[in-house]
Amino acid sequence: MLSFSKSLIASAVAGGCIVCGAAVATVTAKGVEYKDVADMLIAVMVADRTVYTKKVVQRLAAKQKVIKASEHYDDDKALPLPAQMFRFGAEHVADNTDKFSYSLLSLWPINKQNAPRTDAEKAGLKYVADNNGKNYYGEETLGGQKYFTAVYADVAVAKVCASCHNDHKDTPRSDFKVGDVMGGVVIRIPMAN
Amino acid sequence: MSSTAKLWLLWVMVTLVAAAVLLTGMFYGGPSRATLLIGETTSGHHQIELACGACHTTPFAGPEAIEKTCQGCHADELKAAKDSHPLKKFRDPRNVDRLDKLAANKCITCHTEHRADITNPMGVTLPTDYCALCHQDVGKNRPSHEGLAFNTCATAGCHNYHDNRALYEDFLEKHAGEPDVKAKPVVALNTEKIEIEAAGEPLTTAAAADAPAAHRGGADVMSEWLATSHAAAGVNCSGCHAQDQKSAEAIAENWIAKPNHKTCATCHTMETATWLQGKHGMRLADNMLSETAGLYGMFQNRPLTPMRTEFARAPMQSKLPHSELTCTSCHGAHDFNTVKAQTDSCKSCHDDEHTRAYEGSPHHKLWLAESSGAAAKGSGVSCATCHMPRAWMEDESGYEEFLAANHNQNANLRPNEKMIRSVCMNCHGLGFSIDALADKELIKRNFDGRPSARIESIDWVMKRVKERGSK
Ligand code: HEC
Repeated sequence: MLSFSKSLIASAVAGGCIVCGAAVATVTAKGVEYKDVADMLIAVMVADRTVYTKKVVQRLAAKQKVIKASEHYDDDKALPLPAQMFRFGAEHVADNTDKFSYSLLSLWPINKQNAPRTDAEKAGLKYVADNNGKNYYGEETLGGQKYFTAVYADVAVAKVCASCHNDHKDTPRSDFKVGDVMGGVVIRIPMAN
Repeated sequence: MSSTAKLWLLWVMVTLVAAAVLLTGMFYGGPSRATLLIGETTSGHHQIELACGACHTTPFAGPEAIEKTCQGCHADELKAAKDSHPLKKFRDPRNVDRLDKLAANKCITCHTEHRADITNPMGVTLPTDYCALCHQDVGKNRPSHEGLAFNTCATAGCHNYHDNRALYEDFLEKHAGEPDVKAKPVVALNTEKIEIEAAGEPLTTAAAADAPAAHRGGADVMSEWLATSHAAAGVNCSGCHAQDQKSAEAIAENWIAKPNHKTCATCHTMETATWLQGKHGMRLADNMLSETAGLYGMFQNRPLTPMRTEFARAPMQSKLPHSELTCTSCHGAHDFNTVKAQTDSCKSCHDDEHTRAYEGSPHHKLWLAESSGAAAKGSGVSCATCHMPRAWMEDESGYEEFLAANHNQNANLRPNEKMIRSVCMNCHGLGFSIDALADKELIKRNFDGRPSARIESIDWVMKRVKERGSK
């Protein structure tokens, strides 16, 4: 179980940690660029993550102290961590549409299932880790289907992102510090042939 | 016509008739169907094997249609088990290469029916080292697992593919070092009072019974009924025998001599719903047809008959052939004695070592103490305490949860680690529970004695915790 203070501070900061592309999307009668769609999607994801973090976890756990946040939220009768909330959303989307999919991954994952698997994921996570503030856009073919794949950095915006990950028993890396890229959000959109 | 030609004609006719008989058996059912089974079914499905349509919704339905029927019956159970490998994990395109190795997004990849020759415990038809297909490099992050054989992951008492509620690492850590028997060994949910919705005024005298003269039971029936919570909650004879009828004439006219599970379901919704999912009631679930209407009225819709002991694969008493299993088989027709239903009823059919060893076992002694009033509520252990425990269950709408005895005996049985949290850990520590459930001989003796096996999962976790601490 994760400790109380760690998770609540984490939640306080998790909201603002995804660096977002600021380009203006143009919607025309012909359609929207894949890149713009991905940028729009990440904007919604960041918004939802921020709202959950601030209005739910931070308010109820940090400020009003009525409930904790925990990895084993069900057994511990606690709130899910923002990273889990993010994944549940992704799974819910996958249940309902195959028009896009997304996940929160890292080159140094606590949960080994969050390690990059495809070449684009590997390249994208490396790119956003090495190029501060920039997003990665690429294409890849998986199972015969071509995808537009965008990767957005997920940054340790506060000490607690780093400390919780550094102290977690399953972390492969324990020298995260504020400002480090800890991972990235991968958005995948199947491309028309 | 030459005699050779006649013979040929005869041969063709006989072949056509035989083919017609077999084909109609396949499509519509009837007596020839049993001979057409393409291989012995698993113990999970054998009771409904003649209701082909339960899984093969249309004669040429492909794997997708079959998958849907798996989900139709098992989805809730998997959700309740906090499935470690849910379908949704495999929808992400980043996992397509994994699906090429093992189509883990399909039930039938691992659970193929009609293949008795390759069926392992839990109905698994894959070689038991399937974990290796995705978790080959487990030793990298878990040096303790280096070199372990992959056919032991799910067989050594450490992991399950679906249900790891009592086996996940942090849970083991949290419950390490618990005593074999807890300080207050009581099944918490059994101490809770289940509130009855829509209870009426208590009925206290035989004169209050509204059965018409022609159907009135004797004094024994009356006194049995008056002693039940049915009478206490204002459930009159008509409540079961002539539902929703008010006047004496209407009750007489609509009288049903033997109400079935559908009547019970009016109030006992969750109990009936779960019973229909388990081995006792599954033959009576909706759409279990041994024969389907068709072919110009030659075939009718015929549901499967209720379960009978001679259909069972588990050892049963031989003295009860042809008695059909319904709600009243265990609960009695008028007394609805829940104490009897929790042990005696089970023993009246089941006749295996575990059942026979119950009498005189430590659990049985506790049960005797509780049911005689000598010990606290929830301190006894009947058959039902473990096999049909109370649980909070979602109703169909998914919006409300109800506390009820889960009458699907399978929901809490296999793999037997399913019982750890729902039952064992009310009274026992986690380590003791895991060890006891891994000891087949101890189970046969109905837990009379101590576990001889030692599952090391908690030790390994604590070793890892220690190593971490010293870093
Ligand atoms: C209280 C501990 C905690 C805090 C604080 C925390 N995380 Fe996590 N994080 C986790 C856990 C646990 C997981 C793995 C969840 C899973 O997928 O099961 C995780 C997963 C992740 C992942 C996916 C890769 C992985 O490690 O599995 C990223 C990226 C991530 N967190 C970034 C952040 C950032 C950025 C912050 C700060 C805003 C943060 N985390 C704060 C515990 C924490």
